Amino acid sequence: MESQKQGWTFKMTPVRFLLLILAVIAAAIAVYRLVVGLGATTNLNDEWPWGLWIGFDVLTGVALAGGGYSVALIAHILHIEKFNVIARSAMLTSLLGYLLVMIGLFLDIGQWFNFWRPFVSWGYHSVLFEVFWCVSLYTTVQVLEFGEIATEKVAKPLHKFFAKAMPFLLIIGVLLPTLHQSSLGALYLTQVDKLHPLWWSPYIGLFFLMSSFFVGPAMVTVETSLAGRAYNHWVDTKVLRSLQRIGFTIMIMYLGLKIFDLTSRDAWQYVFAGGLESNMFILEMAVGVLIPLVIFFTAWGKTRAGLTTAGAMVAIGVIINRMNVVITGMISYQGVAYAPSWMEWMVTIGLVAGGMLAYCFICDNFRVLDHGDEQKAA
Amino acid sequence: MAYNKFDTPGKGVLIDLSKCVGCGSCSLACKMWNDLKFDDKFPDQGPDAKLSDKNWTAVRFHAVEKDGQPVFRFVKNQCLHCQQPACESACFSRAFQRTESGATIYYPHLCVGCRYCMLACPFNVPKFQWDQTFPLVTKCQMCFGRIEKGEAPACVGVCPTNVMTFGDRDELLALARKTIESDDKYVKHIYGEHEAGGTNWLYISDVPFEQLGFRTDVTTRPIPEYSHEFLKYTPPVIVAWGGLLSGMYIYTKRRNKIAKEEKKDMSV
Ligand code: SF4
Ligand code: SF4
Repeated sequence: MESQKQGWTFKMTPVRFLLLILAVIAAAIAVYRLVVGLGATTNLNDEWPWGLWIGFDVLTGVALAGGGYSVALIAHILHIEKFNVIARSAMLTSLLGYLLVMIGLFLDIGQWFNFWRPFVSWGYHSVLFEVFWCVSLYTTVQVLEFGEIATEKVAKPLHKFFAKAMPFLLIIGVLLPTLHQSSLGALYLTQVDKLHPLWWSPYIGLFFLMSSFFVGPAMVTVETSLAGRAYNHWVDTKVLRSLQRIGFTIMIMYLGLKIFDLTSRDAWQYVFAGGLESNMFILEMAVGVLIPLVIFFTAWGKTRAGLTTAGAMVAIGVIINRMNVVITGMISYQGVAYAPSWMEWMVTIGLVAGGMLAYCFICDNFRVLDHGDEQKAA
Repeated sequence: MAYNKFDTPGKGVLIDLSKCVGCGSCSLACKMWNDLKFDDKFPDQGPDAKLSDKNWTAVRFHAVEKDGQPVFRFVKNQCLHCQQPACESACFSRAFQRTESGATIYYPHLCVGCRYCMLACPFNVPKFQWDQTFPLVTKCQMCFGRIEKGEAPACVGVCPTNVMTFGDRDELLALARKTIESDDKYVKHIYGEHEAGGTNWLYISDVPFEQLGFRTDVTTRPIPEYSHEFLKYTPPVIVAWGGLLSGMYIYTKRRNKIAKEEKKDMSV
């Protein structure tokens, strides 16, 4: 045991300073938005009730934060122990991701003091109801899961309790995201004949679920390479590759379902119709699915650089996909386009910056990365 | 989960667009009855008329061609009060509720302001108070207080040319069918009979609906069914997937333990 009293550290670097400035600006705009309302701060209107904050901060954020549940499933439920090295940081990113989603959601609702209403007034026939319950429960579960890490440093007597509760939390913590990742997509089932047929599909829930699963390993790869550089903590390439292999297997199934879906709805014509929608769809599939698959199966895909590139492309592909559903796919129905206001951009950027700062702070102060006990003990 | 909670289809209004002269009395009556403001940016009548948080109904002018002649037609818009409202099924805090009378009502105190209802409505009806700090959703409530007492909505009564008929939906449908069948000038379509599973406000017209800004590609399947189709899998997924996860957790943990013990035995 090291010294009983451990201090807190947070070393300021130029990058961290920049992130801090961005986060502070975003916080200021967020307060301003809560005071003056949505109309004055965003470019939303009756044609575009949902925009960047729902599209990126919520729909995309939840998917990108999905790394937590797929890695938890692989490492802790299936007990594939070689993945333990990355499990903690994956689950931490996920927790932070969800906290940001909650903030984004909170900023986006008009009656924000009324956010708790669906807990008591049950609109159970709404897909959003499932999203709301699962996301709030899951965030709670993740905070509790983090309790196991936190109590290694603070409130130590509670550690035993958290360690005992982990199996239960882990199972709930995989079950809930499975439900709400798919229901986020299913929100758009009501958009029949409104959302462009390249994206509206009876399987949209399944598409969201599968992509949230395979973006998990992709994000973890990118993240560990960033953390590797910042903390000089390099995860074995073999571990990353076999993690990615699980993701890419799901991705091939995703591709198969896409092909089946487009064929069964006779929607291939739209893919090659030219114009904004087709181009964005092709971009999404090329960047997010096809090219990463090619990379993965070539020699380069066995190297750290190749894996990281493929992972980054998958993540970008999922971002494009979510934004296509929320924005591109709705333009032709609405008849007018939507571009976020500078304040919407700043809040989104600042939220991400704040999340990165929080990640650094926790890595500096808790045992997230140097968590090699399992192997040392083995 | 049945959405036809009520035995009767309830009350509704039949609008005969061929009779409307675009005087705007109805939208004025709506503003007065519901205490709504006027807004220069969003006129409630004319070629640019639009529903908004202040216009629960709007009369839009359409210049169209009929039998080679340019003619004007006037379309009164408002909530169509669906039989199985998408807005109700979308709202996760029950701020929208279809009532027995046929009206779909909005309860502001339950609203969170998430705007999913606006997205879900196939007719783009709910509007948001974008200029407010704590904005609410707004839409026509079919003058709920009046129809409870058996009176027609405020707009219906003031119409000088009797464009609108208030009554039970089934009777209105019968009347509409009789009207379009007995007169050649009418388009043989009752808008609202099947759209989005049926609405309580119905339209007949002598000019094709698509030329008058109506959405004619609306699904005839009630929108709530799409959500239901998805949500019905939630309980079985929780049970099956939750059970499977627990099983896998216990099994793989035991397997690893046994494997480790075997290793230990060998090294001893
Ligand atoms: S028209 Fe739209 S707002 Fe009116 S009841 Fe139907 S779904 Fe709801
Ligand atoms: S904006 Fe209000 S009424 Fe509309 S779905 Fe959200 S909570 Fe319900």
